[in-house]
Amino acid sequence: MFDWPLLQQNAPLLLDALWVTLQVSIAALAIGFVIGVIVGSLRLSPVPLLRRLGGAYIFVFRGIPLLVQLLFIYYFLPRIGLPNVSPTVAAVIGLSLAAGAYIAEIMRGGFMAIPGGQLEAAGLLGLNARQMLLRIRVPQAVRLTLPSLVNEMILLIKASSLVSVVGLADLTRTAQNLAASDYMFVQDYLMLAGFYCVINIPLAYCGSVLERRLKERGA
Amino acid sequence: MIFDPTIVTEHLGDIGSGFLVTLGTWSSGVVLGMALGMLIAVAQVFGNSLVRAPLRVFIELIRSTPFLVQLFLIYYGGPSFGLSLDPVPAGILGLGVYGSVYFAEIFRSGFDSVARGQLEAADCLGITRLQCIWRIQVPQMLVIILPALVNMITVLCKETAVLSIITIPELTMVLTGIGSETFAFVETLLMLCIGYLILVELCSRLGMLLETRVGRFMNRQAR
Repeated sequence: MFDWPLLQQNAPLLLDALWVTLQVSIAALAIGFVIGVIVGSLRLSPVPLLRRLGGAYIFVFRGIPLLVQLLFIYYFLPRIGLPNVSPTVAAVIGLSLAAGAYIAEIMRGGFMAIPGGQLEAAGLLGLNARQMLLRIRVPQAVRLTLPSLVNEMILLIKASSLVSVVGLADLTRTAQNLAASDYMFVQDYLMLAGFYCVINIPLAYCGSVLERRLKERGA
Repeated sequence: MIFDPTIVTEHLGDIGSGFLVTLGTWSSGVVLGMALGMLIAVAQVFGNSLVRAPLRVFIELIRSTPFLVQLFLIYYGGPSFGLSLDPVPAGILGLGVYGSVYFAEIFRSGFDSVARGQLEAADCLGITRLQCIWRIQVPQMLVIILPALVNMITVLCKETAVLSIITIPELTMVLTGIGSETFAFVETLLMLCIGYLILVELCSRLGMLLETRVGRFMNRQAR
């Protein structure tokens, strides 16, 4: 059932595509993190309107399937005067916006776990809101939520398989192309699944180790 | 940007049938996923290590690969294993398999949450294993796991959009199809977004209602 020479021939192509997948996922995680911090702190803002705004963002970007979001961005950007957006940009924007909504919920949990006394102390020491966020709240929240953030990275790598619909030659798209030309569906798609496993299983392991450490420290 | 409602009204029939396909694949996927998930969870909680180890591997494999890749394997790779399925059954099977491992984890955490002493007590009273699962463990764990369960059900609702890639004529496929026929991409995609938002919101509202319902016996105890 397996054609080894063909497998060896296809593997380097998929390896190249793996970098595309990883680059897009990492870029989306980074941008999504910034969005997540902003939206997450909006959700905890004392101003009701800002809280609503944060809530609406999360509602919209978590409620719509990623595939639909990607299609929307791909077709919507030209309409608002951004023609010829490259698939990579559309993919990164789409993934980041969605990741932002999930990370916002993670960060909200992290922010809430920081004792309020610290913020009062920071206020007394004359730190402004921005300094408080960047120097006190974010570093601690990241430490507390690291397992969830690793989990989010796994979700993003999996979700990035959908960017093939906007024409980006990621891991999934490349395997699709290979399968379409050699008709070895089982072998090509199993190899594709294998590539995802090779990245995600170690990541999941890291996540569980981090989680255990966090629990031990807390106990 | 002007929203042209005629695009929607002209294709109301197609949109309706797409919506029904989405609902159908979603609900069948959820039922299949929950059934498989329950089997996996029961096997994991009560089975020996010979059963548990392969299940663990299965769960890890499914959880670390994208749903789209699993769909491709079932739909395009299936015929090589003698499993030639039409798009819709393949999609439902895919949703079920994908959902099952997450449902299994949820059920397993539910089983863990019921105190061991109750099982021992049930044993002493001569209650069978199956009765014990159904009458003692499930009602109690439902209260605890329902939010996670509803969350997973909404996740599966969103995953049905991916089924359009293996040519299942559900909501996403129908509306993007209309979009490429009429070039009214923004209108159709906007409608698609609103449609999914309504579905997901309805589902989570229903979940909240259910939460109060399954928690009722606890209030009765308190009184």
